[in-house]
Amino acid sequence: MTSADPWQTAEIAGPKKATVITKPAMARAVIRRAQHPVLLIGHSAALIDLGGRKLVDYLLDLARAQNIPVIATGHVNRALRERGYTSAVIMPAVEAGHRIADPGWKGPVGKGPCDLAIIAGLPYPMAWTLLSGLKHAAPHTKTITLDNTYQPNANWSFANIPAKDWMENLVAIAADTGTEGSIDV
Amino acid sequence: MLPLTEKKISLTIKELDSGLGRISDLSISIGKLSAADWAEPEGPTPYPTLATLRNWDRKLLSRYQPFYMPFCDLCCLCTYGKCDLTGTKKGACGITMPAQQARTVLLAASIGAATHTSHARELVSYAIKKAGRDCPINPGGNAIGVEAPVIRLVCGEKPKTLADLETVLDYCESQITSLLAVTHTGQEGDPLDFESKVLHAGMIDQVGMEVADLAQISALGYPKADPDAPLAALGMGTVDTTKPVVLVIGHNVPPSVAIIDYLHNENLADQVEVTGICCTSIDATRYSPRAKIIGPMSWQLRYIRSGIPDVIVVDEQCIRTDALAEAKAIHAPFIATSDKNCLGLPDRTHDPADAIVADLAAGRQAGVLILDPEKAGEVAVRVARAVMQSRKKVSTTVDPENIRELAAACTECRLCQRACPNDLAIPRGMKAAGAGDLSLLAGLYEACVGCGRCEQACTRKIPVHSLIISAAAERIKNEKFVIRTGRGAIQDVEIRNVGGPIVLGEIPGVVAFVGCANFANGGKEVAEMSVEFAKRRYIVCTSGCAAMSIGMYRDEEGKTPYEQFPGSFTAGGIVNVGSCVANAHIAGATIKIASIFARRNLRGNYTEIADYVHNRVGAVGVAWGAMSQKAAAIASGFWRLGIPVVVGPHGTKYRRMLLGRADHDADWYVHDQRTGEDVYAGPAPEHLFVAAESKEEAMVLIAKLCMRPNDTSRGRAMKLTHYIDLYQRHYGTIPDDIPRYIRTMTDIPVTLKGEITRILAASDWKERPIPDPTLLEHDRPVPPGRSADIP
Repeated sequence: MTSADPWQTAEIAGPKKATVITKPAMARAVIRRAQHPVLLIGHSAALIDLGGRKLVDYLLDLARAQNIPVIATGHVNRALRERGYTSAVIMPAVEAGHRIADPGWKGPVGKGPCDLAIIAGLPYPMAWTLLSGLKHAAPHTKTITLDNTYQPNANWSFANIPAKDWMENLVAIAADTGTEGSIDV
Repeated sequence: MLPLTEKKISLTIKELDSGLGRISDLSISIGKLSAADWAEPEGPTPYPTLATLRNWDRKLLSRYQPFYMPFCDLCCLCTYGKCDLTGTKKGACGITMPAQQARTVLLAASIGAATHTSHARELVSYAIKKAGRDCPINPGGNAIGVEAPVIRLVCGEKPKTLADLETVLDYCESQITSLLAVTHTGQEGDPLDFESKVLHAGMIDQVGMEVADLAQISALGYPKADPDAPLAALGMGTVDTTKPVVLVIGHNVPPSVAIIDYLHNENLADQVEVTGICCTSIDATRYSPRAKIIGPMSWQLRYIRSGIPDVIVVDEQCIRTDALAEAKAIHAPFIATSDKNCLGLPDRTHDPADAIVADLAAGRQAGVLILDPEKAGEVAVRVARAVMQSRKKVSTTVDPENIRELAAACTECRLCQRACPNDLAIPRGMKAAGAGDLSLLAGLYEACVGCGRCEQACTRKIPVHSLIISAAAERIKNEKFVIRTGRGAIQDVEIRNVGGPIVLGEIPGVVAFVGCANFANGGKEVAEMSVEFAKRRYIVCTSGCAAMSIGMYRDEEGKTPYEQFPGSFTAGGIVNVGSCVANAHIAGATIKIASIFARRNLRGNYTEIADYVHNRVGAVGVAWGAMSQKAAAIASGFWRLGIPVVVGPHGTKYRRMLLGRADHDADWYVHDQRTGEDVYAGPAPEHLFVAAESKEEAMVLIAKLCMRPNDTSRGRAMKLTHYIDLYQRHYGTIPDDIPRYIRTMTDIPVTLKGEITRILAASDWKERPIPDPTLLEHDRPVPPGRSADIP
């Protein structure tokens, strides 16, 4: 099933909807062009099986490969530490959203306001509302979700895609090589 | 003497000698409570109106800023629209997205406050009819001196009789009308002013709830502040299905009382089961512990479909609007009893009971409206007895063989999963069930909140929810628990005993689990969290559906939390105050700490007391799966007292959080009343309204949000011990914000001295004084009827 309808069928947002990531190069281009991206990892990332690994493993691959600071929400930090990742900033997802929406916040590592929030592993409705908050209150921040369910409030989102496609996309996005894509805003 | 306040008149004549005769010591009150024997001086804000407490609200809202998360990009409230409010766009009326979100929150809070207040009006009228206008307010006999802390604080009144409560309700109703008017197109436009009114709605809601519970406690003989209130049966497995069974659903107890009275009067109490869902069942057990609680709102479909109820009686609030259709499907006669919930049924209020019973028992009418609780009670019992044999407990659940057959029709399109609020993996369960393995389907039962949206989504018309509950039949049979019936208020002596340890921080906090747990595994998680904090010697309070959820789990020895922990308001207690409206007693306990322990005046003195509670009473509310507008109002009432509230992930759908910025040091200064200096007190509490993503994160937040500027070093060390322990357990590391919470070296928990000392040494931490804290440095309360002067 590949569909660019909200995963939860009633969660219709409004006129402004996410552009569908149709190939990993798109997402990679978005991420590489960001000056101060942040990767927000929710607790479900430690629970979701994907090709013999967990979602959190793919996300950490991305964080490490692209040197993206991580905000750990829920209780996912324990899973990050088990994987040797000890530099995450820990805070609730809504607190992270509130700070990202503040253009005066210097980001999790103090280098400047976040211009890109990469989000994955949150419960669907929570990601939906959080992305809505950023859509309306953070014009300086683009958002991309790497979950396999369509999130209309992001700037970029996968459609509702099967696990196999999702895994392949995540691997390709994290990879440090490959052809640059174009950003379709 | 002729004191005149607004439209209320109090006339006292000491001596009058006239041509008609001689009068002495005559006192007449019209629409005004008598407070002649109340020595406490009146505070600055009795009966506050919309803007009276605006300065206090703005103070809170400058610290705890709204973070809006719109549920929709549009405004659809008037015919100018729909208007696209995306980003910085404005609607046709000029409204912005932040204002529109705050307006929607105000609508929700006003609906909630209206619902509780309307319920209170029903209960006061009923109680007066039953016990008389002069029936004294009596929440606890000699154990209670401050009988109505919220009313005293907000209204500046000391109600003595049921009739006094009518005047308080007049005030609530006028405020709710004004609050609703605020949401009209072209009215308020500033987000923070909307938010201030949200807090006002919450405060009014607390008054309404207190009125409601005081009326029913006083008139119906409920447990009166009794820590040892009796245990009552809880769960579907407790019902004796060989007997006729009445099911009551809702929140307004009079029909349930009438059912119990009728059974008692007819000597039938042993022959009919009275069972209930939602708060009306909690209050039924307060009236008679023989009544049985089935569960929260999410048990409605599963219990009705089981076919166990022989007659269904609904009153008001949280009732599935398709309950009548579900009742018809199991051939159970249906009785609606509230004019707020008529459901299209014929009004038989004025018909003889015999005729109504005959029509329902013969199936000539599937349901009726009876707006007379006594008649409804009689009819319910007689109909249940009449139809029990003929109904044969017909159910709409499915036998195991048919589960397989129906499940095999599933195409795994996943529309059911996409309709499920909790994204449950229903197709996987259906596939396994189709192949003969029911375990996955049965495993969904605990996480299912019983909304039935899966069935609406299914293109093959598979009764998905029925299949889930049928697969879990064995588990349901074993739902046999107990709950301590709602005790009502907290005794003065309990407040005296714990007031000091709470304010000084030596009892690490008061945690209130309230509202529904309508979230995947929410009930289980509420139970686990309550046990965790009770074991840590916090005071755990609960009410309503959360109180039921807590009772639905057992320890290794088979004991429910109500059997493991005392019901007293003390460290390590699990205190069930009662139904939703009994939430007022939890807020009331924090207010009574200021009054009884700290001897602060309550009378019309809201800001000072809220400032006291916010800075000194380490209380946190938790509404883990809250979904309703009433929950929004309840939370708003806690916010105005400066008490933080934690919700689950679905709580983000309330559209906004109230979040502090720990990294903004300037936000966390308080005025030290001892020295006159402004002192950095750390982010305590850090947030006023925050959603947690998981149970683990919620527990860390709860422990953290219990810290207050007033904590003594001993108290702060204890609170930090719990915070750090939970943080390490769930996050695998030590919190990086510890320096913000250490004021002096004596704040450091002894067991962590070395590690924390190293952390402090590596930071720019400096020792700072422990203040006698207030946020009210230069405040002058706004006189009633005058607008606040907002800088």
